[in-house]
Amino acid sequence: MTDFGSALGAALSLVVRLDPDLAEIVLLSLRVSVGAVLLATLIGMPLGAAVALFRFPGRTVIVVMLNALMGLPPVVVGLIVYLLLSRAGPLGVFGLLFTPAAMIIAQVVLVTPIIAALTRQVVEDLWTEYEEQLRSLGAGPGRALTALLWDGRFTLMTAVLAGFGRASAEVGAVMIVGGNIDHVTRVMTTAIALEVSKGDLALALGLGIILIVLSTGVNGAAFALKEAAQRRHAG
Amino acid sequence: MNSPSAFPASTSILPLEFYRVSFEAGGKRLIKDLSCIFAAGPSTVILGPNGAGKSLLLRLCHGLLKPSAGQIIWHGAEGRDPSVHQAMVFQRPVMLRRSVAANVDYALALRGVPRRQRRDLVAESLKETGLARLARHPARVLSFGEQQRLALARAWALMPQVLFLDEPTANLDPAATHTVEHVIAAIHAAGTQVIMTTHDLAQARRLADEILFLHRGRLLEKGPADAFFAGPRNDLARAFLRGELLWRRPRDGNSDQETQNA
Ligand SMILES: Nc1ncnc2c1ncn2[C@@H]1O[C@H](COP(=O)(O)OP(=O)(O)O)[C@@H](O)[C@H]1O
Ligand SMILES: [Mg+2]
Repeated sequence: MTDFGSALGAALSLVVRLDPDLAEIVLLSLRVSVGAVLLATLIGMPLGAAVALFRFPGRTVIVVMLNALMGLPPVVVGLIVYLLLSRAGPLGVFGLLFTPAAMIIAQVVLVTPIIAALTRQVVEDLWTEYEEQLRSLGAGPGRALTALLWDGRFTLMTAVLAGFGRASAEVGAVMIVGGNIDHVTRVMTTAIALEVSKGDLALALGLGIILIVLSTGVNGAAFALKEAAQRRHAG
Repeated sequence: MNSPSAFPASTSILPLEFYRVSFEAGGKRLIKDLSCIFAAGPSTVILGPNGAGKSLLLRLCHGLLKPSAGQIIWHGAEGRDPSVHQAMVFQRPVMLRRSVAANVDYALALRGVPRRQRRDLVAESLKETGLARLARHPARVLSFGEQQRLALARAWALMPQVLFLDEPTANLDPAATHTVEHVIAAIHAAGTQVIMTTHDLAQARRLADEILFLHRGRLLEKGPADAFFAGPRNDLARAFLRGELLWRRPRDGNSDQETQNA
């Protein structure tokens, strides 16, 4: 118990005085997860919207793949990306394995299906409601799509937040493709996993506290967005 | 480029001709071999009990549905795209998740009206429909009557040659109905051809110059409103005027639709 107490004290002091090691890990985590979510949004949103609105060749394949990817555990995604990026793999020439870029790629694979699925739902629901009106006003497919994305913006932002939640909390994929190398690819979740096994509870706890704050913040923001949408647009 | 004002009002896309038009869905013929001409001038009311096919007929007119057989021809179009000279207000107003003003502005933007002109047109149409003080409110929190007026404002701002209205007052209280009818009369007076549906006889008497009576997908009578109300030739139309035909019998199926339209 005293062990835990002193570790918690040390952890809080690390957080409060912004310990450079801790800050470095936090910043890298944010860089990786934010980068991954931005890329996943750029890929997932148009994909989800296209699947919702259009019938095109390959649509079924995309739907099946997105569903399959959504159910995969992060370690398996990590393994697949590892195999692709390893020296012998098809993308080995780029030498990305054990770099932040590799971690971003793995998280993009994890997050894109979530964002695409939620986008599809939002766009489909709105389209059911808007279709005749937009056709009557003369909106072509492109204009209709931008209108749907704009009018669904609050719900779509919660999709992005959900993606960020998954990215910042997962440990399996970044561990495998990043390798948890000190000062290079060590992020919050992998540091916690490693420091606990090494016995440095203070750093692990400090990072844990930050993760909790972060996830609470993300949930709070998602809630506030939903409230705002309710208030301004009655859903 | 597609600005409604690009053509003088005199070159109307009307008359609109239905030539032996049928529409089928779900294996049922819902509009049956309908032929008629909508000419410029009289305000036209399509009358009929719930489930008669009034909404389908308007959607066919507006081009939202394609006929399964027959032809729908805009004789005055002369190579122009008739759809940019029409607007439609649906039975349930569809409000975009934006402000009242932005709802009108979006419709104008889609027609290619430049931003500078949009501001004035938006303000004017909101003023005409009594919504000016709500311009910045989110459209979806308006009352149902206000939403219906906004739908009218949005359609009116486009200055269409032809405006289709599907039961524009079906779910409104008498005061809101009065306001909406007032707006409709003003739109008609401003030179827009109004073609609307209703199952409300009193409303048809107030607004119609010309009546089309529809029953189970068939056009049973068409003529001047005075003559129709004085004594329709068709038996079913007479029964409808006596208030005996408001509901379709259950064996015709789809009771959902009826409760929804009630
Ligand atoms: N897409 C559809 N598929 C099958 N039946 C339909 C469809 N749309 C309308 N109907 C049926 O066609 C009939 C006429 O509908 P509608 O035009 O909405 O009637 P009204 O507007 O006169 O009340 C109704 O019985 C309705 O249930
Ligand atoms: Mg109807």
